[in-house]
Amino acid sequence: MSERYAIEMRGITKAFGSVVANSNVELNVKQGEILALLGENGSGKTTLMNMLSGIYKPDSGSILVDGREAVINSPEDAKKLGIGMVHQHFKLVDVFSAADNIWMGKERAGLVLKKDRYAQIREISRKFGFEIDPKKKVYNMSVSEKQTLEIIKVLYYGAKTIILDEPTAVLTVQEIQKLFAVLRKMKEEGHSIIIITHKLNEVMEISDRVAILRKGAYITTVETAQTNEQALTEWMVGRPIDLNIDRPVMETTRPLLEVRDLTIRSDEGSVAIDGVNFYIRGGEILGVAGIAGCGQKELCEAIAGLRPIEKGQMIHKGDNIVGLSPKKILEKGISMSFIPEDRLGMGLAPSLSITDNMILKNYADTKGPFVNRKLGRADAEQVIRELEVVTPSTETPVRRLSGGNVQKVLLGREIKAGPNVIVTAYPVRGLDINSSFTIYNILNQQKQAGVGILFVGEDMDVMMALCDKIMVLCHGKVMGVVHAHKTTKEELGLMMTGALDLSNKYEDKPAGIAKDSRFGEAEQGEEA
Amino acid sequence: MDKLSVITSFLHAIVVYNVPLLYGTVGEIVVEKSGSLNLGVEGIMAVGAIFGYMMGCFANSLGVGIGVAFLAGVLCGLLFAFLTVSLQANQNITGLTLTTFGLGVYFFVGTSLKAVKWPVMGDYSNIMKGFAELPIPGLSKLPVIGSGLFSHNIMVYLGVAIAVVLWWYLNKTAPGLRLRAIGENPGAADSVGINVNRMKYLHICLGCGIMGIGGYYMALNMGGSFNSNCWINGYGWIAVALVIFANWSPALAILGTFVFGFFNTLKVSGSTLAAAFPGGLGWLADIPSQVFDALPFIITAVVLVVSSVQKKKNSGQPAFLGLNYFREER
Repeated sequence: MSERYAIEMRGITKAFGSVVANSNVELNVKQGEILALLGENGSGKTTLMNMLSGIYKPDSGSILVDGREAVINSPEDAKKLGIGMVHQHFKLVDVFSAADNIWMGKERAGLVLKKDRYAQIREISRKFGFEIDPKKKVYNMSVSEKQTLEIIKVLYYGAKTIILDEPTAVLTVQEIQKLFAVLRKMKEEGHSIIIITHKLNEVMEISDRVAILRKGAYITTVETAQTNEQALTEWMVGRPIDLNIDRPVMETTRPLLEVRDLTIRSDEGSVAIDGVNFYIRGGEILGVAGIAGCGQKELCEAIAGLRPIEKGQMIHKGDNIVGLSPKKILEKGISMSFIPEDRLGMGLAPSLSITDNMILKNYADTKGPFVNRKLGRADAEQVIRELEVVTPSTETPVRRLSGGNVQKVLLGREIKAGPNVIVTAYPVRGLDINSSFTIYNILNQQKQAGVGILFVGEDMDVMMALCDKIMVLCHGKVMGVVHAHKTTKEELGLMMTGALDLSNKYEDKPAGIAKDSRFGEAEQGEEA
Repeated sequence: MDKLSVITSFLHAIVVYNVPLLYGTVGEIVVEKSGSLNLGVEGIMAVGAIFGYMMGCFANSLGVGIGVAFLAGVLCGLLFAFLTVSLQANQNITGLTLTTFGLGVYFFVGTSLKAVKWPVMGDYSNIMKGFAELPIPGLSKLPVIGSGLFSHNIMVYLGVAIAVVLWWYLNKTAPGLRLRAIGENPGAADSVGINVNRMKYLHICLGCGIMGIGGYYMALNMGGSFNSNCWINGYGWIAVALVIFANWSPALAILGTFVFGFFNTLKVSGSTLAAAFPGGLGWLADIPSQVFDALPFIITAVVLVVSSVQKKKNSGQPAFLGLNYFREER
């Protein structure tokens, strides 16, 4: 073998306590290639890469850089060896400017900070082909700008091998294309790139070779050109899987939830949702698409009664729900489940058991000062059985479950209450293909049972396959509502960035207002 | 006493009796900028005070006193850093323990020493000489404020100089930038190759050393008379609050010290002011002294409330303050 490898990892094993994250993993990256690292949640992709970037130390196995054995004890060592990693959760100091975020890791930066560092950083960025404002503070940056800054940072430190951990998870379609162009250019310049993802279409598009991990074990490495999505999935999951998401066509009912002219402010006081109209019918899934932080969270909280609204109306089956307590709204059959970025922050109490989390929702139904644990345990058992939650027992603290199982518990509890409107935000956030499909099936079952579903999502492919209609938000404004089977990813991407506004596409029918609206029904009722 | 000299001595008292606060505050700012919340200021100042005073007297040298007080503070800092950085102990509990520990050491050493032979400050000529006032040429000749603000002992000048230098260090130097990065996001700092633990050890020790000097200054202010009240007398706690008032800036800490010092001094000089200006300030005499005793702490409470209510984007509070950093945490 005369092939030159930039990085070789041989027989890497790493365990956290009794959990083996990587077991005897092999990985190699050639100079000037893009290697995709593919695997389900918890298959050990990030752990493996963290050993390359010096965050973890392997229990056994060896790492070779440019053919020479290397010991990586810290990120400092990795940096010296020319390995740079763009982490999934960006490693940036929010209150620093772009330049200072780079400057803080500069070797021999001298004692005094000079003003000319801004110009130096701007010049270096240009050399790499990026245009950034070196004085811009990170907290003012978009996700895409932050990612660009991270890439410039690792290039500035002289990285020859660049690791990107799920870089596309938070980007729009257009931004992903831009990123891929950057990666291809870096590849041409001789950089080696490892990209972690579980989106198969991206693997096929960008990579030269694919390495696959399953449950911490190394499966194989294949040439991208000689494989396909179906084969990759089988390697990744370990058995054949149907990659199509069903979209059963249902007879829809009259609008269940209608929202008119809704305006909501964010915690900082800025307008988060701006004059929004929409409605949900029973038996349909309405998708909500938008770049992260475009008012999705505020909208969900307002519907659930957790956040006061500035102005506007919300009616449920003709009855006003503005100003009602979260409990009253729940009793009307509107359920909300929101999976935040950290995936445990909202809805479940992480240290409590599954049973206790079930009781949290319905403790008020039992009379007297004591909770009915028997009932709670029965509920827990039912959810575990029906949704195939993997857990040692009903008394296991929720935080000890894997991400997919936590999300199943949350969704399962919401569905148990028998809602007629489900508001769910990012229910498959961070989940692998297998768990995601379980969640889609649950949602489809609810839809077939006549429930109206508001699905706030981030993956365009999924939304186009699962939802009936998609509403696109941009900075709190509705850019239009499109039929999922008629739209394209490009169209959605343009709407998400505000470049395309379809909200006034039909002059005779204002977007988001149902023809058979239940608004005004109350007054008619009185007349009759 | 003529009216102007009352004002002069009032100003003078503000500076002399409150610059120890500045040491405590600035020391704590350095520690907190590294992301560590050290609630042991009171104890560390006490340890610095008793050892600084004892060794300073034995050597009959102010310099030795300052040096020993600094080292005693550094040792406390080392203990805090070992517990919270290396062993990942809870910072709040460790800090509170350090206060109890420091006061215990203070009384243990002090009482033991008193049983043998207590060193009386006045007996040590070099210390008295070193602690004497050094008027700044020119400025100290200004009417009224001159000898009030610009004629002080060397510890006052040293305290202000430390504050200014540290402001420059934190905001204008590359190591300062790295230190702030650690306080804001140690994971980010670590990922670019900054040695987080070494930086935290260094700056926790430096900050605690500065607190130790502040303690020594308190001892000298009290004339070295050892009795049932600790020399530090709650100043360490006020310093912790002053850090918030100063928005984590050593330069603003100078201002904060004088604001607090003003109310502190009213307690002592209120009646003198009332006697000198019966027309305008006569009402000061009618206020019970307990109100003045409580005033610094009331102000502290008000400052904490106001700064908590305000949501400042450019707050100087390090985002990772009070949290331990462990690289392999998942």
